[in-house]
Amino acid sequence: MEQRLANSWRMTVNEKNFIQTALLSDLRIDGRGPFDYRNLTIQFGIEDGSSEVQLGQTRVMGFVTSQLVQPYRDRPNEGTLAIFTEFSPMADPSFEIGRPGESAVELGRIVDRGLRESRAIDTESLCVVAGKWVWSIRIDLHILDNGGNLVDAANIAALAALLTFRRPECTLGGEDGQEVIIHPPEVREPLALIVHHLPIAVTFAFIGNESRVIIDPSHFEEAVMGGKLTATLNTNGDVCAIQKAGGEGVMQSVVMQCLRIASVKAADITGKIKKAVESYKTKRDLKKIKRHPDSVDISNISKDMEKSKLELVKCQSDDMEIEGHSSKKDESSLRHSKHKALISGPSSWDPYSKIADTDELKASLASRAVATPNLKMDVMPPEKQQLNVKDESHRDADPSPPLLVAAEAREEKNKAKTLLDAVKPKHKRKKKNASNSNGS
Amino acid sequence: MGLKCLAQHYLKSTGPSFILTKKNKPLRRRTASLSKMEFVNPEGLRLDGRRPMEMRQLRAEIGVVSKADGSAVFEMGNTKVIAAVYGPREVQNRSQQSNDEALVRCEYSMANFSTGDRMRKPKGDRRSTEISMVIRQTMEACILTHLMPRSQIDIFVQVLQADGGTRSACINAATLALADAGIPMTDIVTSCSAGFLNGTPLLDLNYVEDSAGGPDVTVGILPKLDKVTLLQMDSKLQMETFETVMQLATEGCKAVASYIREVLLENTKQLESRRGV
Repeated sequence: MEQRLANSWRMTVNEKNFIQTALLSDLRIDGRGPFDYRNLTIQFGIEDGSSEVQLGQTRVMGFVTSQLVQPYRDRPNEGTLAIFTEFSPMADPSFEIGRPGESAVELGRIVDRGLRESRAIDTESLCVVAGKWVWSIRIDLHILDNGGNLVDAANIAALAALLTFRRPECTLGGEDGQEVIIHPPEVREPLALIVHHLPIAVTFAFIGNESRVIIDPSHFEEAVMGGKLTATLNTNGDVCAIQKAGGEGVMQSVVMQCLRIASVKAADITGKIKKAVESYKTKRDLKKIKRHPDSVDISNISKDMEKSKLELVKCQSDDMEIEGHSSKKDESSLRHSKHKALISGPSSWDPYSKIADTDELKASLASRAVATPNLKMDVMPPEKQQLNVKDESHRDADPSPPLLVAAEAREEKNKAKTLLDAVKPKHKRKKKNASNSNGS
Repeated sequence: MGLKCLAQHYLKSTGPSFILTKKNKPLRRRTASLSKMEFVNPEGLRLDGRRPMEMRQLRAEIGVVSKADGSAVFEMGNTKVIAAVYGPREVQNRSQQSNDEALVRCEYSMANFSTGDRMRKPKGDRRSTEISMVIRQTMEACILTHLMPRSQIDIFVQVLQADGGTRSACINAATLALADAGIPMTDIVTSCSAGFLNGTPLLDLNYVEDSAGGPDVTVGILPKLDKVTLLQMDSKLQMETFETVMQLATEGCKAVASYIREVLLENTKQLESRRGV
């Protein structure tokens, strides 16, 4: 409700009249037809699950991350999906940092309704231990540039990110078969999310008293419009969500006509998204093939001793400490181990660890990955916490984006077994040096 | 053959429920709640005894908040909503003042005691923010804001009892309150919701039917102009089915509109008699 109108850009009366008069002759100020979309480009980031969408001047980034959490009580065997929007002030002078404004909340809820209620993502497959551990998928949408029609661009960004996101595979194991072991991507291929269908949002703007309908309004047209209708459809002919939050009244027939146009556009956009995702997949698969020789060299045959590429065995003693804690109790003690991990993380008293630290710094400088300690991971949260702490300590040295931490958490560490590790340190360090030279 | 006889013997003695429940248990947990319950029984009655095209009982009262310029209580079945309108009055935040039209503000909140479990945070969460914005834009479309420049109209809506369809009840209550405050409008706005469960379109869903996971279509119309201002839908629906459900909801809105007109007419007659006209 509190919007700083003083900060926002206002349209002059002349411009308003010009746009409205031009529309009477079916002309739009950027030369498009009334039912033409702007140019859509979809790009992907380095990690799985990050996308950037450009719809004309509008730019939106989407990131997908996952975490193991406790499920809701009334849905014990379903994973959760949460959408967070970030309306950065650099996108528009009227956006402010802090609590999301109305349009941010509305955008989040439209995308959320399209994905969650229509069951586009299969949440039941995200269940690990019914009633105890499920995967929680978090989608972050960052608005970088507001060129109008943020909803459509944000929706496409969310879908593209979800299609390329890979979550680590996890199995039940441990002493009592209740502990969840997360496998690093080098051990087991991370899994894609099961997406049943792609709900595409198509926005219509109603301008003028005779309710001229145009599709994909730009920034200028949004300032002039009297009402807006966002229809989320998929290519199966289902309407997944509709949002027309007040504004100018329209006839029912106009609404149905808009839906029909939207279904055509949705098919078009779905094709574009799928094409972009396919090309990204082939690129990533090609990259993987090149990576293989490295990882095969370094990792030992036994599953217990596998390491990820630049990983160092940070503190074997730390491992043992944490292991001791976690093996003692059950998941209820995970928080305990999390605290322990936090404490023992950066400030460790083990002489080996000090050496490992500087090597880590080198490794982190050489690649963009933040070096992570080698722990027996039972669940993600403690790991993530520790990584956060580490990331802060290396922030100057490491220009990695903040969400790299989450990627790291996925990316992995090894399970060090107890006594054998204590025996092997030197051996591993040599190998690590070799890997460093390989990596850099 | 011996085993078969044994199985039949068991079935006869303990009844099929013994074996069937054991088999059905895991299935029931996994399937969505849609298939668990029968929302329209074979006789065509819903859970609360209504027919599929039947609305809940409507009840409205005007002038309940004495301090407000206009106020109303609107009940749709068990859903009870109170709305209060203050305005047109001076704009509190000068930076938001508009020189050619009135500023409309709306705040939607649910009382802690309105739902079954006591709510911890009735205001400020995303749903409330969205609904506040929706109500504001819906009412803004029908208020003649250019007649009251440099002023502010506040609409406060509070849900006292929530049993499905709170959005619709809020809009209906806001309409009544605006009329009670004497604010000029092009037309009243009425709203109603409809859904689609067990293959039948249902009008005016209550909480149980709403939370079943089926589609929920909320429509707000300007009855005299026959135009749709508010249209919200969630969950999946085929396009033809959606058209049917939307038309059903529109019919419901028209029924609400005739009731609201009656109430307003009654209220005006009372005012007339009080003034001795």
